[in-house]
Amino acid sequence: MNDVRPMIEVRGARKFFGPLEVLKGIDFSVARGQIVAVIGPSGSGKSTLLRSINHLETLDGGEVWLDGVQVNQTLDRRAFEKHINRVRQQMGMVFQHFNLFPHLSVAENISIAPVRLKGMGRAQARALALEMLDKVGLADKIDAFPARLSGGQKQRVAIARALAMQPKVMLFDEATSALDPELVDEVNIVMKQLASEHMTMVIVTHEMRFAAEVADRVIFMADGAVVEEGRPDALFRNPAQERTRSFLRKFLNG
Amino acid sequence: MQGLDFSIVPEYWPLIGKGLWWTVVISAASAVLSIVAGIGFALVVLYAPPVLRYPVRLFMWLFMGTPLLLQLFLIYFGLVQVGIDIPAVWSGIIGLSLHFSVYNADIFRAGIAALDGGQTEAARSLGFGAWQTRVYIVVPQALRNTVPAIGNMMIALLKESSIVSMIGIAELVHSAQLVISETYRPFEFYLTAAALYYILNLVLEAVLRGIERKVELSR
Amino acid sequence: MDIALIGRILPVFVQAAWTTVELSLLSLGLGLAVGALVAGLRLSHAAVLRFVGGAYVSVFRGTPALLQIFLIYFGGPQVGIQLEPFAAGAIALGLNIAAYMAESIRGGVLSVDRGQMEAARSLGFGEGQSMRWLVLPQAARLMIRPLGVNAVALVKGTALVATISVVELTYTAQRFIGSTYKPFEIFAVTAVLYMIMVYGLTLVIDRLDRAYAEEA
Repeated sequence: MNDVRPMIEVRGARKFFGPLEVLKGIDFSVARGQIVAVIGPSGSGKSTLLRSINHLETLDGGEVWLDGVQVNQTLDRRAFEKHINRVRQQMGMVFQHFNLFPHLSVAENISIAPVRLKGMGRAQARALALEMLDKVGLADKIDAFPARLSGGQKQRVAIARALAMQPKVMLFDEATSALDPELVDEVNIVMKQLASEHMTMVIVTHEMRFAAEVADRVIFMADGAVVEEGRPDALFRNPAQERTRSFLRKFLNG
Repeated sequence: MQGLDFSIVPEYWPLIGKGLWWTVVISAASAVLSIVAGIGFALVVLYAPPVLRYPVRLFMWLFMGTPLLLQLFLIYFGLVQVGIDIPAVWSGIIGLSLHFSVYNADIFRAGIAALDGGQTEAARSLGFGAWQTRVYIVVPQALRNTVPAIGNMMIALLKESSIVSMIGIAELVHSAQLVISETYRPFEFYLTAAALYYILNLVLEAVLRGIERKVELSR
Repeated sequence: MDIALIGRILPVFVQAAWTTVELSLLSLGLGLAVGALVAGLRLSHAAVLRFVGGAYVSVFRGTPALLQIFLIYFGGPQVGIQLEPFAAGAIALGLNIAAYMAESIRGGVLSVDRGQMEAARSLGFGEGQSMRWLVLPQAARLMIRPLGVNAVALVKGTALVATISVVELTYTAQRFIGSTYKPFEIFAVTAVLYMIMVYGLTLVIDRLDRAYAEEA
């Protein structure tokens, strides 16, 4: 029983896009069952940081650890492929633009990974899909195709798809930024429910109010570095740094 | 005859060179004609009364659905039987031009149709008449937009000009064949001819890219 | 228009058209196979493989198909390749169209949204697995039209093998123009047969394209 070891640990993360330094040596960790929100202006590096946790972005320096295993190990190509696939199966990611597989039905979207990667039987996978869809409130859409769904429904299916692999952590990359305002709530409700079930979550978001409601910790990033972090009520109501203050002012005035 | 000997190739340069020259001339002439005719056909198909539109459409349909070689045979070997004797070089140029003019016409037609209806509306509300709008606003823009697609057609034309060798025109392929009939070395000379086409292609692509850039700048 | 003549020559032309069809099918098969291989090379992680694929496409698209046919048929014996006209023609046409098909295939794969690959990878699918089950099925739909265009070009391109005496449609047309002195009738028959093939194929491609597009 390893309650002390953080679920996610990032040490000294550095990344360059050409000459531009997008991540300037970031340290951050997430405890098991903790919900961390990452906020900040565009270009702050928050998405890049999130994506480097499941290695969709490769770091130029630093380490990423998931539950005691280093994600960005140096291995030869074949060995690394095997390693990263295994690690990714333990993480779920939800994208801003959903990225559902358009040629597969909702059921197939959710079950393809359990079937192909975990060798689950089709009947069992379909039952799992139904269970996941129930969780996100879309059981009736099980055989629909993504094209027929609204943005909010697509994102909920995307969440169900990620959950079907029973991940240790869920990573949300601006999950509601591409949604029409009236569709945002249905996704937030699902995320809140996940939080209440003590899923470890890292949420990159623009929604301050949601972050304040759901997160245990909020991290404010700007220009590739962590400016300030703390509990939401503290950070939002009494930001210590001027940078944080001016950022929040724009949102509160909006 | 086994074995390859490329050392004899330079000897025959004068003949090959002349063929190369003719390929360039014929391609260039056909290119220009095919573009002019293409614009003409496109305008007819879009704006002319049905009595002109339908024959042109039929003609385009015919020429897009059949091979160039067949069309050349018809023009060179066929027409002479009904009294129209066109010398080889002209048959080649006419054949190439007609063949590619219909593809160009299709490109121009699509390019004009793709233009924002707003352009026409703006012009008309300024007081331009229908034809003035077309001539001053629509067609010039369409021409600029279609440069890349037309450019690709011209690259195809350069390669397909090789087909006119089959009606006896002394361009590059034909010259190579003459040399081969003397030297019995088809591999060496066909490869040389292919290499020359490849180089011509690179030159043409560079020229087209230059044109594209200039067209972009004038936006 | 000499209808009687058309009636007499039609069987010969239909037979020749059939040869054109056979030639087209063989070349298309070869072209698709080689094209897929070359597309794979072009998309590979290894720079050397990418270069080889790129060189193939550049050479076969940058030189006239006629010369490629001549090289294989007339030049082949010099390097130990002795082929019948039909075989030489089919191979040359196949290798030629493969270059164009490689680009169509590659284009299709690249057109699939990057997010699809990312979603697949984030679920834990390997690169090959992501390609096979999630990206390629989508790419296939996007390739139908470009590959169709390639196929139609090939059918018209088969005319070139008339130059090495393969008895297909254009060869037959030329023979009959020379012997019957009725160019328009010959052209009419030949043109109709080609257009049936060309536009027939276009219709099939269109149907296929639309059928798969709806699923998305």
